[in-house]
Amino acid sequence: MGSRLPVVNALRGFLPARAVLHEEEDTRPYECDGLTAYRQLPMVVALPETEEQVQQVLKTCSSLKIPVVPRGAGTGLSGGALPPGDGVLLSMAKFMRVLRVDPLARVAVVQPGVRNAVISELAAPHGLYYAPDPSSQIACTIGGNVAENSGGVHCLKYGLTVHNVLGLRGFTIAGEPIVLGGEALDAPGYDLLALAVGSEGMLVVVTEVTVKLLPKPQTARVIMASFAEVEKAGDAVAKIIAAGIIPAGLEMMDRPATRAVEQFVGAGYDLEAAAILLCESDGTSEEVDDEIARMKAVLQGAGATRMTVSRDEAERLRFWSGRKAAFPAVGRISPDYYCMDGTIPRKRLGEVLTFIAGLEKKYGLRCPNVFHAGDGNLHPLILFDANHPDELERTERFAGEVLEKCIEVGGTITGEHGVGVEKINQMCVQFRADELEIFHAVKHAFDPAGLLNPGKAVPSLARCAEYGRMRVHGGQLPHPDLPRF
Amino acid sequence: MIENFQEKIRQAAERRVPLRFRGGGTKDFYGNTPRGEILDTRGHAGIVEYEPTELVVTARCGTSLSELEQELERKNQFLPFEPPHFGAGATLGGCIAAGLAGPRRASAGAVRDFVLGTKLVDGRGRLLQFGGSVMKNVAGYDVSRLLAGSLGTLGLIAEASLKVLPRPLDERTLCLEASEAEALAAMNRWAGQPLPVSATAWHEGRLFVRLSGAEPAVHAAAARIGGERAAAPPWHALKEQTHPFFSGPEPLWRISLPSTSAPLGLPGRQLIEWGGALRWVKTTASAETVRQAAPQATLFRAADKSAAAFSPLEPVNARVHKALKAAFDPAGILNPGRLYEDF
Repeated sequence: MGSRLPVVNALRGFLPARAVLHEEEDTRPYECDGLTAYRQLPMVVALPETEEQVQQVLKTCSSLKIPVVPRGAGTGLSGGALPPGDGVLLSMAKFMRVLRVDPLARVAVVQPGVRNAVISELAAPHGLYYAPDPSSQIACTIGGNVAENSGGVHCLKYGLTVHNVLGLRGFTIAGEPIVLGGEALDAPGYDLLALAVGSEGMLVVVTEVTVKLLPKPQTARVIMASFAEVEKAGDAVAKIIAAGIIPAGLEMMDRPATRAVEQFVGAGYDLEAAAILLCESDGTSEEVDDEIARMKAVLQGAGATRMTVSRDEAERLRFWSGRKAAFPAVGRISPDYYCMDGTIPRKRLGEVLTFIAGLEKKYGLRCPNVFHAGDGNLHPLILFDANHPDELERTERFAGEVLEKCIEVGGTITGEHGVGVEKINQMCVQFRADELEIFHAVKHAFDPAGLLNPGKAVPSLARCAEYGRMRVHGGQLPHPDLPRF
Repeated sequence: MIENFQEKIRQAAERRVPLRFRGGGTKDFYGNTPRGEILDTRGHAGIVEYEPTELVVTARCGTSLSELEQELERKNQFLPFEPPHFGAGATLGGCIAAGLAGPRRASAGAVRDFVLGTKLVDGRGRLLQFGGSVMKNVAGYDVSRLLAGSLGTLGLIAEASLKVLPRPLDERTLCLEASEAEALAAMNRWAGQPLPVSATAWHEGRLFVRLSGAEPAVHAAAARIGGERAAAPPWHALKEQTHPFFSGPEPLWRISLPSTSAPLGLPGRQLIEWGGALRWVKTTASAETVRQAAPQATLFRAADKSAAAFSPLEPVNARVHKALKAAFDPAGILNPGRLYEDF
């Protein structure tokens, strides 16, 4: 480990003492993000308050050649904000100001530490809102959303973070100011904004975010539909889309998930159904009535055994409360759980769920499923107890097999939580050496010294070679046709 | 066919001979003057996979954009960004490389918003795959979206997967009388209300509004907006630039700015789209005058493009651009100069 003192002294040259933490009792709260299985004490934590201070932190770390890891609220689920043991954890928590809400232009300009839900709260008096709504929206910050390209339960219709952010301001690791995108819809040159969103804090440090605000739909109603088989629920989703309907939200939960949630929030779910679907319609009241009627007809035809339509806003929110509380609810029925995030072509859902059921037996662990059904994003939740010596290890193997199944069926290892440190080995399976090399080159274009959040998201080729040997040794290489290195 | 492309690019890289990717050649006019040996992409054509219920279509670069759109229409779906063709031979590869969206841009999104995955042949002739055919994918940097609008300078887009959507059930266009300032105010006001506005355009005192959606929503919105139902909606002519506004010898400027920006007051003629965020100007004013009034001004069509097609990049941005270009195309042979003179 490098020496802490020169770094602390250099940072204290321009930051107040309370904004530079290095005693273990002060740095301990930063040792992990939402992926608590991975922990590392940061050498130093910096808490700047101004853009100039951020710039100076970056310049200082660049010249001392020590790594910097940016962090928002620390709600990330893939370890993207796992601190550097030999560098500075750059907390953006003090960047909490909303700089501008312009109702006519329908934009909000906010600092990265502003919480996702706050933007919609401030836009509400103007009849506007910010669309992406990750389940953690009351806690997670917009800066973290940008880093991870966060989604939510309404993104089939309203898009992900990348579709709802217009511009970013920030710094490169060298402390050079950079502006990506802006209020105009097209910026000249390459779409670096699209590249920066979802880059897991590895390309730029963001100090200001301009988001698009949308008119709040007049009304919304949700159908809760029950199915006797999970596959039937999956087919029903395809039939809704085939009928030309893009629901505002389209979520699936299997029975283990609804049962876990129901005892926690009392959402009113049908606990006998093998799976339930939540199908939301939003718009004018005429439009919603029309769409709800059409969706009900499709769901009926697809074999729904029971359907309930929310009668008022309170009931609609209650139906959603269970879905939004799914992760904490599962946290109450099991000492630990491990949340996965693969995306698959929806038509392969039955096959993948059967595969997961097989793994539950193989590893002796339970795995409820919640599923952004509209866009194919699965969140299997493996329940385990970290106090049992081998359960975490079994869980990791279980998760690894699920992720590689997602790749095999034409999907991806992460839909919205990011790769971080968690899924870095599976990147070796999803991408070939040439593609990983391009990723490294993209990083190099912004950060030639490789100091900004190093070691996350994109594995080194050496690491992949090591992982490849491990897997071959285990005799379970699923893609012998893929080139190895 | 892809092997063919790979071999040609490898050879060109070795010999340091510039290559110019070309489909139907309908967008030859766009960007700076193309140079290099033509590599025709049209031999690599066809839809690879189309699953209407997955809302994804995957097709090869040389696929005719018209044929692709017809195939989607048969399933009652479409490309929501409404790409301009600018001629009969437009291909999917050119559509993504140009990154140009049509009238629905402000409400539906840009080309990059619908690009889910690509197969790319880079400047070393390597076949690379980014993204995929699923809606949500955050594994690795989003190189596929970066390719939209890159004008072939980072590689040959051999294949792409796009998100598609169901066609709106109902659509109608209204026409109102309005001054430029009134039109800008109205367009921005409507966009902040829950109205199914899918396109707007203003030209010479007339404001056109297109409503798209479920019949009850379109009906209710039409009553709120007022005006008359347009007998001949202008959207196709605007998208393809066959509208009379686009004729005449003066250079055509495409100006991208915040939708609430005040009237530009440039000499010449003007047409506004995208709720105020896109202003087309036909003017003989100098490039300096235009770019002074609007920093993000693209010299879209002009006999003389010596003024550079795209507005200049900030220095840090420019350095990142060049580093990316060097990463994808170390020999600097792919459509050099098409986007910016120095790479």
